Amino acid sequence: MMEEDKQTSHSRADSAYVESSAIRGRRDDLIHTSPELAIAETDVRLAERGEMVSGSSLWRDAWRRLLKNRLSVFGMIAVALVTLASLLGPFIIRKATGYTPDYIPTDAALLKSFPPFTSPNGTFSWTHPMGTDNQGRDLLARVLQGGQISLMVGIISTLVSLIIGVSYGAIAGYLGGRVDNALMRLVDVLYSLPYVIIIIVLLSMFRSQTARGQLVLLFVALGSVSWLTMARIVRGQVLSLKNQEFVLAARATGVSTPRIIFRHIVPNTLGPVVVYATLTIPTVMLTEAFLSFLGFGVQPPLASWGSLATDGIQNIAIFPWQLIFPGVTMALTLFSLNFLGDGLRDALDPQMRKF
Amino acid sequence: MLRFITRRLLITIPTILVVITVTWVLIRLAPGNFYSGEKRLPPAIEKNIREKYGLDKPWYEQYAKTMGGILRWDFGTSLKYEGQSVNAIIARSLPVSATIGILAYLLALGVGITAGSIAALKQNSKWDYASMALAMLGISVPNFVLGPILVLIFSLTLYWVPPSRWAGFPSRNIILPVLTLSAIYMAYIARLTRAGMLEVLRSDYIRTARSKGLSERAVVMRHALRGGLLPVVSYTGPALAFLLTGTVVVERIFALPGLGNYFIQASLNRDEPLIIGIVAFIAIALLVMNLLVDIAYAYLDPRIRY
Amino acid sequence: MNRNNGTLLEVRSLRTYFDTEDGTVKAVDGISFALQRGETLGIVGESGSGKSVTNLSIIRLIPSPPGKIVSGEVIFDGRDIQLLPESEVRKIRGRRIAMIFQDPMTSLNPFMRISRQLMEITQLHLGYSNAEARSHAIKMLETVGIPDAAVRADSYPHEFSGGMRQRVMIAMALSCEPELLIADEPTTALDVTIQAQILELIKSLKEKTGTSVILITHDLGVVAGMTDHLLVMYAGKVFEQAATSELFARPGNPYTRGLLRSVPDPTAEQGKLYQIPGLPPDLARLGPGCPFADRCDRAEELCRKEFPPFVELTPEHYSLCHFAAEVYEQSGRKEIL
Repeated sequence: MMEEDKQTSHSRADSAYVESSAIRGRRDDLIHTSPELAIAETDVRLAERGEMVSGSSLWRDAWRRLLKNRLSVFGMIAVALVTLASLLGPFIIRKATGYTPDYIPTDAALLKSFPPFTSPNGTFSWTHPMGTDNQGRDLLARVLQGGQISLMVGIISTLVSLIIGVSYGAIAGYLGGRVDNALMRLVDVLYSLPYVIIIIVLLSMFRSQTARGQLVLLFVALGSVSWLTMARIVRGQVLSLKNQEFVLAARATGVSTPRIIFRHIVPNTLGPVVVYATLTIPTVMLTEAFLSFLGFGVQPPLASWGSLATDGIQNIAIFPWQLIFPGVTMALTLFSLNFLGDGLRDALDPQMRKF
Repeated sequence: MLRFITRRLLITIPTILVVITVTWVLIRLAPGNFYSGEKRLPPAIEKNIREKYGLDKPWYEQYAKTMGGILRWDFGTSLKYEGQSVNAIIARSLPVSATIGILAYLLALGVGITAGSIAALKQNSKWDYASMALAMLGISVPNFVLGPILVLIFSLTLYWVPPSRWAGFPSRNIILPVLTLSAIYMAYIARLTRAGMLEVLRSDYIRTARSKGLSERAVVMRHALRGGLLPVVSYTGPALAFLLTGTVVVERIFALPGLGNYFIQASLNRDEPLIIGIVAFIAIALLVMNLLVDIAYAYLDPRIRY
Repeated sequence: MNRNNGTLLEVRSLRTYFDTEDGTVKAVDGISFALQRGETLGIVGESGSGKSVTNLSIIRLIPSPPGKIVSGEVIFDGRDIQLLPESEVRKIRGRRIAMIFQDPMTSLNPFMRISRQLMEITQLHLGYSNAEARSHAIKMLETVGIPDAAVRADSYPHEFSGGMRQRVMIAMALSCEPELLIADEPTTALDVTIQAQILELIKSLKEKTGTSVILITHDLGVVAGMTDHLLVMYAGKVFEQAATSELFARPGNPYTRGLLRSVPDPTAEQGKLYQIPGLPPDLARLGPGCPFADRCDRAEELCRKEFPPFVELTPEHYSLCHFAAEVYEQSGRKEIL
């Protein structure tokens, strides 16, 4: 009975050992005590890897750690709230007060900027919790709609850069050698270019007739700014992954190269990719904001937080709320996104833990 | 090392040419033109204007003319600012931007590195949390929100500093623009320094230094700083690029006659020579500065030898 | 184990715990031993047994969150290091107690020249001037066998090979002629041939200067020729301690016995190599019984329930086991398989 127990405990212990070192990303080799056992161990390792890819303990572990970090939980909740508010807010406001973001009152007396919670004759009123802008439009509705646009731009542009960056980096990393060299050289060169300057030129030259067209242009332009770092990150990951056994095993069983890259390796790079993507969203939103601030981004009648800020600055001395509300809302959202990104990074990369 | 520099320069030159070409193409491809916006002028007038500016010649001739001029470092005259050569405009506006930019970055380095190092040394203390929270704020508040708020508080309410306008270098006018511009970099650098220092302080060679009986101060200043600040050095490269765009915004807000402000105006006016001149200048400046940063990094880290 | 004259270091009931996310890890849980002047003590154990933490605790280099030396005394030359102010401890570090670490690549400052790293110590502790420190550094490098020392002193660590770097570390450690050298797995990161050279170097330097040595390793082959006494550690506790020759010949603990069996014997017949089955326990979740019980071939229910006693087999030989006497008896009779 002792012998059997030893055997099973041996392989179970090995699996545990393999799994833990797989999570930590090390390549410790077990001591091979005989050729038959050596093959069995590789099977174990492959199976473990397969499980990992479909999201077992690595992600659950990370999720647990994320939840323990109060700041990132706060970030998550705040972001969720803002997103919800942006999506549903304008609708609710229309039902409640009748004001849409674009509605300009017909009554001349209302074509002014009112401070928050004030009605035209100076008494307290719920109609405009954030006041109105110079043309009498409800600021809360505009801020929320601005949120829609800003968030949408942030997310879609990040997705664009993600797709480009991950593909580029994965291909460069996996193919290695001269191809990798050339591709990364290109990235280095592009990295040192004054991207935003060129984008400003692009956007100013091609101010589309339609606001929608401008949006699409923005997506592409902003997406093409952040893919570079993403490509670098992914390439680094791929380089370290491609020499591990599961890749060898896939190759040995004849899986084609694109499949190896995209179905086997890329899922294992998801950790840093997710972290970086979460941190890219606020960066992109910031870029869009200042582009809109300068006049090149979102065009009226659409509004984003950046363009609301431009309007707001005009009268900052007299009607400071016009700038403060969109500004603070934006700052809060970015704040939360950054916390979330930081928390994700700490959760997914245990070696970078605080202690 | 010399080979590395030459190789870099060899790549740089075609890159700049490509950048200029792309800009030129973008300007030309755009609908509309500089002299009339979207309106249509009477044909005779239009013909005159086009002849005057050589716009009636075939595109390759125009391109050659532009590029030829550039290679002679002659970017032509501004289309909007009558009679002023692009070189003159750049020469006049560069000091403004440079002053603000350099001061802002120096401030960011000074405050950021100090705050970040202290945060790392006193990890998880009140100081650590406070400065990292502030840093978070710094990277989340856009500069075009921060600037006006600072103006509101310090200019319009407290009357400590004038709200805008350029008044030369050592003047109180530069305080708010420099602060606004440096805020986000201060934050990034503080975070980077903290992260870099934390990692170094955990490393084996710091343990060795401590085991030699060195005082904590010697361990940090002599051993840890060098490695811990490397991320900040390598951040300087991309930071300079962002600094550029930050300067643009700050110049707009505070009405400073700097390179960025002229650039925006030129883009809005479709002032082709000025646009190309500024873009070329910025591209070259960036590439040169990146090269300097890489050299500095190699100098600081003896493991890297080109 | 009570020797008073010539005792250089005495550790009594040292406990060092770490606060981690998974609970309190009792890395070192009640270690006691004594080291005589001129003696070489070996501490042997698997990874996670607490051997490195023991050393770092001796000179108080435990990173303080999350680790903490909870209790115990470390009496060096009559004074308890745990009670000294930090400034006093710093005078001991590097000067009277020196350490060399496992991985010389990461243990040397990659941004600083070797000469500077060596000069630092003598300038700090012995007050040498620049010139004196430098010539002393070069002399030390020559002593440890770095060829062309005067020129190579100004190199950076990455310009040396692994074996050379470890020699540099030894040179650094012995710069002030310390009374105690603690070598934490000095050869683990090196090739086998270099290992032998480094061990020889340590041995010869020790004989020349009379330094006491604590040698920590997981490799029994390393301690065999080098040490006078051995301490076997497991899960933060001392499982057995004895004179080296005695331990090898007559182990009194199933763990030690297992370790000895795992050492490959070229003269034995071909077959499966022996490995102690299982893995070291999770130090944050130890049961009430013997921490080795799950892997022990002699274990019984008693072992899981009750913590084993520290049995004195001879005045010089102790073992932590319920069946210590029996194992001792057995190994006296049989050949080690």
